[in-house]
Amino acid sequence: MLVDIEARVIRNTRLSADYNVIALEAPQIAEFTQPGQFVMVKSGRGGDPLLRRPFSVFEILRSEGRIEGLTLLSKRIGITTRILYDAVEGDVISCLGPLGRPFEPVDPPTEAWMVAGGVGLAPFATLAEALLARGTKTTLFYGARSGAELFYLDWFSSRGIRLVLATEDGSIGDRGRITVPLERELARAGSGSRPSTGSGRPEALEGRIPDPGSRPEVTLYACGPEAMLEAVAHVAAKFERPSQVSVERTMGCGMGGCYSCVMAVRTPDARQHYVRSCIAGPVFRGEDLVWD
Amino acid sequence: MGLGVQIGPLTLANPIIAASGCFGYGVEYAGAVDLSMLGGIAVKGLFLAEREGHPPERIVETPAGMLNAIGLQGIGVHRFIREKLPELRERHATVIVNICGSTLDEYVELARILSDAEGVAALELNISCPNIKEGGITFGCSLHGTFDVVSAVRKVTPLPVIPKLTPNVTDVASFARASEEAGADAVSLVNTFLAMAIDVETRRPHLSNIVGGLSGPAIRPIAVRMVYECRRAVKIPVIGMGGIASARDALEFIIAGATAVQVGTANFVDPFIWAKLLDGITAYMRRHGIDNIGDLVGSIDTTAREKQWISS
Repeated sequence: MLVDIEARVIRNTRLSADYNVIALEAPQIAEFTQPGQFVMVKSGRGGDPLLRRPFSVFEILRSEGRIEGLTLLSKRIGITTRILYDAVEGDVISCLGPLGRPFEPVDPPTEAWMVAGGVGLAPFATLAEALLARGTKTTLFYGARSGAELFYLDWFSSRGIRLVLATEDGSIGDRGRITVPLERELARAGSGSRPSTGSGRPEALEGRIPDPGSRPEVTLYACGPEAMLEAVAHVAAKFERPSQVSVERTMGCGMGGCYSCVMAVRTPDARQHYVRSCIAGPVFRGEDLVWD
Repeated sequence: MGLGVQIGPLTLANPIIAASGCFGYGVEYAGAVDLSMLGGIAVKGLFLAEREGHPPERIVETPAGMLNAIGLQGIGVHRFIREKLPELRERHATVIVNICGSTLDEYVELARILSDAEGVAALELNISCPNIKEGGITFGCSLHGTFDVVSAVRKVTPLPVIPKLTPNVTDVASFARASEEAGADAVSLVNTFLAMAIDVETRRPHLSNIVGGLSGPAIRPIAVRMVYECRRAVKIPVIGMGGIASARDALEFIIAGATAVQVGTANFVDPFIWAKLLDGITAYMRRHGIDNIGDLVGSIDTTAREKQWISS
């Protein structure tokens, strides 16, 4: 059920000079939010900013078994994120949701590998909880500019989620993009048994692919910069693993009204076609997307 | 209290219409809004065939407004009739179909097809989209073109015909007059203002189409003035739009001369705006002792200003 809540800010935790986690009293939205869904936030009054901005729901807040609200993970880059960064307890933020097509969590014995880049960590706390509730073995591949921009590591590791980290400055984990360790581990795990569109089995790996019977099933989940999503979709195809990627496009309404947030997807007859990422997504199957 | 308004032969339950291009095909909002409570729904502009529209970026926010260059992505009239119209009918929506053509024949063909479809209340002729090269705007920027397309459609349909006018002309009232002479039942205005925004860091335009149409509260005073001018120029109803985001904004258009109003960009911000608009208008009418919304249409009082001009 879609609702628009004038949500009170419960607290605002600044994680760094740019990142914050803002807790909003919006139980009516939190109660129905599935992993990967988003809310449209209006942080200003009147015409500045005029439009809402989309944010993945980061955490569902519970207190004594009761759903209390939700949090948003935000990085300060524009006017709305600046208002969210500066907000204080008691401020009111208009919050419309839940919206969008969620992730589909996999069940054991399939493993879940979540791939986050920067603020793309946002949908993975709720997804991790959904996966853990199913007993699905879960790994978080998490990349950022530097170690100081890797957040909530304890939150994930204390829940039994394996962490694989990468930073562009090499301060923690692999130096470079998160897709470097991702590809390494995919190579180690071998190709999947599910056929994938487009790419065939890479010739170089042909000789050392483990027996299909012993090969773990893996589903990839990704959220982050579009270049990262494209790279994840590419390696998923290369190793024949299914992927679900959450995209972020410039969005006007979040409800399918304006046709601004389109992504190109492949049609069955091999053409490409624009679909609205707010209602057909924001989660897509990686193999369906055509990158710009 | 009487909120009903008359657009040619068509009676709308109230004067609030969802603007074309801002409300999808209506069905997108069926989960959030009772579609039958709207006076009408102008669905996203349709060509005969499906269209992909422009590549992203398609919108950019500007002060108190937004630019868009969607490029009329759409499913085409046949899929609309098959896939969307049945649900709109079921939900008792008053459906105004916005039609776009690359040629005069395409408008005529669309009008013919939609006249035979069950559940279409009126046709709005999009002769004013600033974002596509072919057709549409070429009719809307020429008095002859406007006259020709309206009269051609008029000949083939019993449905109310409402050309949607562009503000990107010197004298919009003359286009309202040409529409009236060609047999239009009403005119709607304004479509968006051709505009542009540039990212100074990259020196690139924000939109893939380079230019786009400006909408939102930023354009409202210009739109009010144009509605006022058209009201004085024609006898057919004027449907006003441009940056309406509250009941007071809607009343401003009505008082300027709009028989009904359309709301677009504000729906992106607040999909629940419709009940608020109707409540606000009803409260205003009660406060001012107005029984019928029609009594407000064009009720602007300019006498004091005229006296000032005379005395000065």
